[in-house]
Amino acid sequence: MYKILKKRFLAQNIYLMDVEAPRVAKSCHPGQFIIVKMDEKGERIPLTICDYNRETGSVTIVFQALGESTKEMLEYNEGDYFKDFVGPLGRPSEFVHEDLEELKKKKIVFVAGGVGAAPVYPQVKWLHEQGIAVDVIVGAKTKDLVILEEEMKNVSGNLYVTTDDGSYGFKGMVTAQLEELVNQGNKYDLCVAIGPMIMMKFVCLLTKKLEIPTIVSLNPIMVDGTGMCGACRVTVGDEVKFACVDGPEFDGHLVNFDEAMRRQTMYKTEEGRKLLKMQEGDTHHGGCGFCGGDK
Amino acid sequence: MLRMTKVPVKEQDAKVRATNFEEVCLGYTPEEAIEEAKRCLNCKKPLCVSQCPVSIDIPGFISHVKEGDFEGAAKVIAESSALPAVCGRVCPQETQCEGKCVLGIKGEPVSIGKLERFVADWSRENNIDLGTTVEKKNKKVAVIGSGPAGLTCAGDLARMGYDVTIFEALHEPGGVLVYGIPEFRLPKDTVVKHEIDNVKKLGVKIETNVIIGRTVTIDELIENEGFDAVFIGSGAGLPKFMGINGENSNGVFSANEFLTRNNLMKAFKENYSTPIKSGKKVAVVGGGNVAMDAARTALRLGSEVHIVYRRSEEELPARVEEVHHAKEEGIIFDLLTNPVEIIADENGWVKGMKCIKMELGEPDASGRRRPVEVKGSEYIMDVDTVIMSLGTSPNPLISSTTPGLETNRWKCIVADEETGLTSKEGVYAGGDAVTGAATVILAMGAGKHAAKAINEYLSK
Repeated sequence: MYKILKKRFLAQNIYLMDVEAPRVAKSCHPGQFIIVKMDEKGERIPLTICDYNRETGSVTIVFQALGESTKEMLEYNEGDYFKDFVGPLGRPSEFVHEDLEELKKKKIVFVAGGVGAAPVYPQVKWLHEQGIAVDVIVGAKTKDLVILEEEMKNVSGNLYVTTDDGSYGFKGMVTAQLEELVNQGNKYDLCVAIGPMIMMKFVCLLTKKLEIPTIVSLNPIMVDGTGMCGACRVTVGDEVKFACVDGPEFDGHLVNFDEAMRRQTMYKTEEGRKLLKMQEGDTHHGGCGFCGGDK
Repeated sequence: MLRMTKVPVKEQDAKVRATNFEEVCLGYTPEEAIEEAKRCLNCKKPLCVSQCPVSIDIPGFISHVKEGDFEGAAKVIAESSALPAVCGRVCPQETQCEGKCVLGIKGEPVSIGKLERFVADWSRENNIDLGTTVEKKNKKVAVIGSGPAGLTCAGDLARMGYDVTIFEALHEPGGVLVYGIPEFRLPKDTVVKHEIDNVKKLGVKIETNVIIGRTVTIDELIENEGFDAVFIGSGAGLPKFMGINGENSNGVFSANEFLTRNNLMKAFKENYSTPIKSGKKVAVVGGGNVAMDAARTALRLGSEVHIVYRRSEEELPARVEEVHHAKEEGIIFDLLTNPVEIIADENGWVKGMKCIKMELGEPDASGRRRPVEVKGSEYIMDVDTVIMSLGTSPNPLISSTTPGLETNRWKCIVADEETGLTSKEGVYAGGDAVTGAATVILAMGAGKHAAKAINEYLSK
């Protein structure tokens, strides 16, 4: 059993939790994820690691209540326990193993869409701890849905917040902000984009044009998360990869996003789709602005 | 005159069982078991024992059954096997113990599997305590994986007095016994859980949700957590796909995913959150036991199911009993047929599978006749779900994170056949992680041999 040490409201339907999981906290790195199973009858839900504390043995997750299971997770409070919490899963971000001197020469930009700010945070924080300042673009649909702004400000070099409706920061999509930064003369050697699949797709279309190598973190359907089923398979270049063991991070310019998005819908029934449209309208497509919340 | 045929075992009616997940075979009653046991000739040099990978004293336990002393029988089996209720159900006895039974020469062999199962079920239902107290050795052994190899190795080591911890990546221990083999062949809550509890009663600790290679490495277990030896029984859980066009369409699953959703996550039960999708018409590609399990599961979820296999019935790798059960339940066999492409509709969902007819050519290296495509025989099978059951290989996670651990070109861990010793001192391996996908009982045999070798190593 894994104790919930802290629960914090971030935005409508988006919560942060610190969970006591010493083994995971000890071995995890930025870019990796965990799988949580709330109770006996629950399903296995993959969530990216948002932060960790090796001393206290806690791991931070951020989740958005979307479907039946994550809505149930809203009911869990500090002091409650999750039945299962396994990880770290997937490969750490590549830069974790890169030569630090080489890494310091690079100019990196992170692009986070909606709840994607959560998985971006540990990466930016890790780089900050190594003395590397990076540019970060955080996009949300509207002001109230901007999450982890303070935390992100503390670890990033330059932070750019965008909202679709212009209620806060730059008005428009994350891609428009990125394009503007490049037009202003910023040169980037690497872009890391994490957010809804459609947002990552459009960031990749842009960065391909701008010739900026781009890493994305994919979030397909998963079951075990250890490579034994292939539910999370994605096509990268000419190869079929399992996101849970080969990823979740891949070269964004090689990912077949249309297939990946289609596979994400596999378990959505007619009713489920309606429910999602209703609920995700506000947040799921937050920050990217490409589909108006109804695709 | 000894009867030359087995005492038949009762089964659920095929029409009824095709709609539920209850166990198909109902097992012997005490009277039937005694009657069947009386057929055993109690050979002086029992060939059945030589064919059992864990060398159960078969005539020994059967002679107790003859007397109606089921507790005595259970104790004889417990000396060699920690999972008799499992093995009695899923072992391919026809090629092992029963395959060499002398009665099989002129008639039917003794139903050793069904008798073992009866004894195990009886002792569970009567709460027979098979635990033993042993002197502690104050040495720690880590066992990676809680499948049949790991459970057997851990059980044997605990009986020798070692402090054993099993590390399991999933949230439930049991390996293929819980995620792979369906409820209707192997009930989980009663049979599997009970046998795992028996291993725990021997003092074995099981830590779930630990992925060796990610959560902690083998070197860390030895260096930081004080383990004196390690046994790797991590199995072969990586599914194979065909690599044909359309294979990533919605509605194409690996058998592992399909079975994991159903068995481990209990998607077939009300109130469990994990969804499962089984269409109107399902094609299961492959002919092994896993293919039969996936097909019979899809059937129970309400689908029309076809087994698509590129060789003929004779070459089906599945157990004859399973093929027979599948046919009785209404699974349709499309033999000498191979998929070449999966066809999706405009939304990316499977709407058909292009297949080609095959014919058998000359025998290949494995001795089986090689299937050859019949030119121009392509046709489209009208299906909406495809389950790929083409076999599995070991997950490279452990080998790739354990420096000095040698693997072969199939990513299997290289280990000594007798002892299970790997290229790394103090690290042993067995089961599917070494051999590639094989059987439950072979994995148990490997676990047993490794336990013996680990004891010798740690006793030096």
